[in-house]
Amino acid sequence: MTRRSRLFQAYLLCLLGLFGLMWVHAALARAAAGPAIREKRELVRRLELTDLCLSTEANYTRHLSQADLHTAFQDHPLSLEHFPSGSFLNPPPHLRKTNGPMD
Amino acid sequence: MALWIERQKNVLDFTLASLARRKRKNLALLLVYTLLVFLIASVMFATFSIKKEASLLLENAPEMIVQRTVAGRQDPIPLSYLERIQGIPGVMSCEGRLWGYYYDPVAGANYTLLVPREGEPGQGTIEVGPGVSRTRLASPGDSLEFKTSTGEIIELEVKDVISTESGLVSSDLVLVSNADFRTIFGGSGELATDFVVRVANERELSTIALKIAERLPDTRIILREEILRTYDAVFNWRGGILILILSGVVLAFAIVSWDKASGLSLEERREIGILKAVGWETSDVILMKFWEGMVVSLSSFLLGVLLAYAHVFFGGAKLFAPVLKGWAVLYPEFKLVPFLDASQITALFFLTVVPYTVATIIPSWRAAIIDPDTVMKGLG
Repeated sequence: MTRRSRLFQAYLLCLLGLFGLMWVHAALARAAAGPAIREKRELVRRLELTDLCLSTEANYTRHLSQADLHTAFQDHPLSLEHFPSGSFLNPPPHLRKTNGPMD
Repeated sequence: MALWIERQKNVLDFTLASLARRKRKNLALLLVYTLLVFLIASVMFATFSIKKEASLLLENAPEMIVQRTVAGRQDPIPLSYLERIQGIPGVMSCEGRLWGYYYDPVAGANYTLLVPREGEPGQGTIEVGPGVSRTRLASPGDSLEFKTSTGEIIELEVKDVISTESGLVSSDLVLVSNADFRTIFGGSGELATDFVVRVANERELSTIALKIAERLPDTRIILREEILRTYDAVFNWRGGILILILSGVVLAFAIVSWDKASGLSLEERREIGILKAVGWETSDVILMKFWEGMVVSLSSFLLGVLLAYAHVFFGGAKLFAPVLKGWAVLYPEFKLVPFLDASQITALFFLTVVPYTVATIIPSWRAAIIDPDTVMKGLG
């Protein structure tokens, strides 16, 4: 009968082999994506773009680096920031800054 | 050496047999553990690769943008400001950009209308991003209607569609001519949306920015460095709702594994007692528990990471897509490029495999140093 440890060794080697293949695949996929990335970089340069086109639901979430900091209440009175992308964005650094100890 | 290996194999045989006796419990643990690693690794893979791609692409963004603010909001900037910026030593060029948002009620989506300074489309024609083309089923030769600021409707012919591969930066773009932009949005020809400033020496950027702010106090300056920082912060994998949800899963798993590892069951304590009684040493028991921890945690780690890789880079991160896409109509269809961060994977390894293995060994060591007779009687 095959020893359990031998089976486990084979199983572990198989997983480690796949883990190694994952890195190889990543390297090959990165190399294959080179031309597409170059094309996008060229488009960014030519059109002088400043942002990724990820959250297009509202105009103030489209260009994150250009938006003003007061996004809440933009749509109508009492309208809090409610778009899903708002949940993913960190608050600006000045709001996260902690003051020094008071005593 | 051969003896040492044979000893490890024997202990591993025994450990696997011992795990097989509590098959259901251990399989459930393996499943939950793998799921946890899978979820965390998926978030890590997706956010890191998108962050990396963002930094690669936005390296080509303008060095400096100058916007005018009126009453705290961005306002079109007069072209007369150009001369005052061009006069600053170190400024290579300063040009006006024309862009704006157009809400299309037919698609229920916001487009970004932009006038390219290089390769501007002819009057009456446009180039559209892949998202716009998909949503409006617009191909070259078709026409799209736009409502102008005076209420008139104009039709612009689609001359070209920007390639789908570049959707990440161009999905919602509509490239128009200067004349059509002015017709749609109105406004004077003496205004631009903002300025793009290029400098001779990048190290002088902050000095030049300061000088612009002094000369034109009603402007704000956005540096490329700030744009890159914005995207670094946006995709910081520790920030955001996903990690908040996942932290609940991590805590639940911590409680389960702590309970399993710290409180040995009566059966396990008795097993250790019998092993000691038949001649096993404390170091043998610890070795057995080490292998038990490794079998469960290493398997879960490797399985979880591999499944996460397949989920994000082959399956397009389907589980997170609905959350990430939000309500956007023109979300780009893009394939993530597998940029992997070895340090993140190493951190995940040390955060999952090591604590679990240690938490398995310590209580066993405590049980193993008690007199076997006491343990077998269930008094220890």
